[in-house]
Amino acid sequence: MHDVVMPQMGESIVEGTLTKWLKKPGERVERDEPLFEISTDKVDTEIPSPAAGVLAQVLVEEGTTVAINTVVAKIDESGSGAAPASPAIEAAPAPAPTPAPVVEKAAAPAAAPPRAAPAPAEAGPEVAGPISPLVRRMARENNIDLRQVKGSGAGGRITKQDMEAHLAAAQAPQPPTPVQPVAAPLPLSPPPVAPAAPMPRAEAARTRVEPMGTMRQKIAEHMVFSKHTSAHVTTVHKVDMTQVVKIRERNKAEFQARHGFSLTFLPFITRATVEALRQYPIVNASLEGTNILYHNEINIGIAVALEGGAGLIVPVIHNADEKNVTGLQRSIVDLATRARSKQLKPDEVQGGTFSITNFGSYGSLFGTPVINQPQVAILGVGMVNKEPVVVDDAIAIRSVCYLALSFDHRLIDGALADQFMSRMKSALENWSEDVL
Amino acid sequence: MRKMEVRDLGRMGYSQAFELQRKLVDERKRGLIPDQFLIVEHPHVITMGRNGHEENVLAGGPILERAGIEFHQTDRGGDVTYHGPGQIVGYPILDLKDWRRDVVAYVRGVEQAIIGALGDFGIVAGRVEGATGVWTDGAKIAAIGIHISRWVTSHGFALNVDTDLSYFQYIVPCGLTKPVTSVRELGNEATRAQVTARLIEHFARVFDREPAEPFLTTEIRRCTTS
Repeated sequence: MHDVVMPQMGESIVEGTLTKWLKKPGERVERDEPLFEISTDKVDTEIPSPAAGVLAQVLVEEGTTVAINTVVAKIDESGSGAAPASPAIEAAPAPAPTPAPVVEKAAAPAAAPPRAAPAPAEAGPEVAGPISPLVRRMARENNIDLRQVKGSGAGGRITKQDMEAHLAAAQAPQPPTPVQPVAAPLPLSPPPVAPAAPMPRAEAARTRVEPMGTMRQKIAEHMVFSKHTSAHVTTVHKVDMTQVVKIRERNKAEFQARHGFSLTFLPFITRATVEALRQYPIVNASLEGTNILYHNEINIGIAVALEGGAGLIVPVIHNADEKNVTGLQRSIVDLATRARSKQLKPDEVQGGTFSITNFGSYGSLFGTPVINQPQVAILGVGMVNKEPVVVDDAIAIRSVCYLALSFDHRLIDGALADQFMSRMKSALENWSEDVL
Repeated sequence: MRKMEVRDLGRMGYSQAFELQRKLVDERKRGLIPDQFLIVEHPHVITMGRNGHEENVLAGGPILERAGIEFHQTDRGGDVTYHGPGQIVGYPILDLKDWRRDVVAYVRGVEQAIIGALGDFGIVAGRVEGATGVWTDGAKIAAIGIHISRWVTSHGFALNVDTDLSYFQYIVPCGLTKPVTSVRELGNEATRAQVTARLIEHFARVFDREPAEPFLTTEIRRCTTS
């Protein structure tokens, strides 16, 4: 006969309600086949049979609540048609449906909290006789003050049995403190509504504590990691965007009508970046130890701010050098939209070889962006606006934009960075390519 | 960190979502897919848990039918509840063997995620001892009902964001004669989408999972190859 016991479904759980038998007495059951259901705290759990055979006896009726490890049924394995189970097999730890740890362990956590036992292992002078390592460990694990345990061994020495008896006694009168904190420590105060997160209270009124979300933690890690890794230097160039502004103005309406999204400055700048990267491939490289990895693909990451300061994500335009302004604009719109609705696929945020961040769209003139590791440079695009500038010794009104390149000075020298920027500047100021 | 694929199913009927859930639970049990977190918005439906009491459904079948409310018997824990538009219904399919083999800790974790998400919008929510779910000021804002098989979870929770609470009049939610509330009822203007986004983050943090885009399910893969 194989005993079927009420399994323990969690550390703090001391009992369970058997809600439904899925097999009737006399019915055959296979090992691991659902045998009965239990209910604990709004959770229904199917319990698979620990053995194959015939359900010989049902000892606990549906709707009954019993302590864990209570035998709820017996399975006759000889009726399984297989070789009669030898005692050895029966005694073997049948692959329990759920871990059914020994009772003392189960009771411990429930019993532990009310106790404020300081350094339980350091028994006071009242503890009689030497303490065995096992007892010491049990005391530590279960947070027991050994002075409160009655020893039955020689000279009042505390034995393992004394510990088990003490634990059982501690468990018995305790209501099954069912609430066990999960990830964060939860206040378990009895009043009806126990606030979970640290709440503004009298003295905390000026501060609100909120744990960082996963994304925020990753951003934080990445930013500090980048600052630790690269020797950041930023160079800023002023670019006359008048030509690009004219082209954009000329094409804007038709572009919107034809493609269904508007034409911005960003694809022009991306296109100019691609040309400069082609000419200075080291800016498109990355560092791995003491090796320089030159990438044959030009994959440009576009930083996208998520709504409500929820974070930042950098989807990648793969093979950006194969796209014209229209293609780039399409990719930018598509990636930004899907980034905001969290619809990006994993490979769309990977494999970038260079990044662009367009803080100009929020009104910034120029900034000093942080490199997106393991890349070696990032372009920050300032706002395009009109300024009085000196042209041929006369003051003229031109559309200008400040472009900032943060580069890793370990790999890229200042002179090269400025040559790269000059290349971009000349591409943008002498734009000839048509858009549509 | 272990991955948890997040699938926002949008508006989906109860039966269809249940079928999808069942398929994913099966694939999860067989280790074919990582943990899943399904988010869905159901049309009006009343569901009855395994331990439900018929008397907690106050309206008879014809009345429900006229009100456009479906009725389903399910295998989750808990009593009767209502789902409908404006509610975030979450079905986490987690293998607790990869977390903690502890059903109560799991329920407390689900509550914790909801409490955390509401906290982001300045709503002080918490627990009521002996009454699983999430409560604000004596009113229930989120209900929980879970099924576990081989430590793989299914069913989950329903959080009222902009739910028409009048539909709860047809039932005694979870057999408790306590009022229900919603984010909107509390005078908060947060949208369902905003709350969902925060909920996913909190859920992932509590269960130490990394939210990920789902790869194509086998079903979709089959369709596209044939």
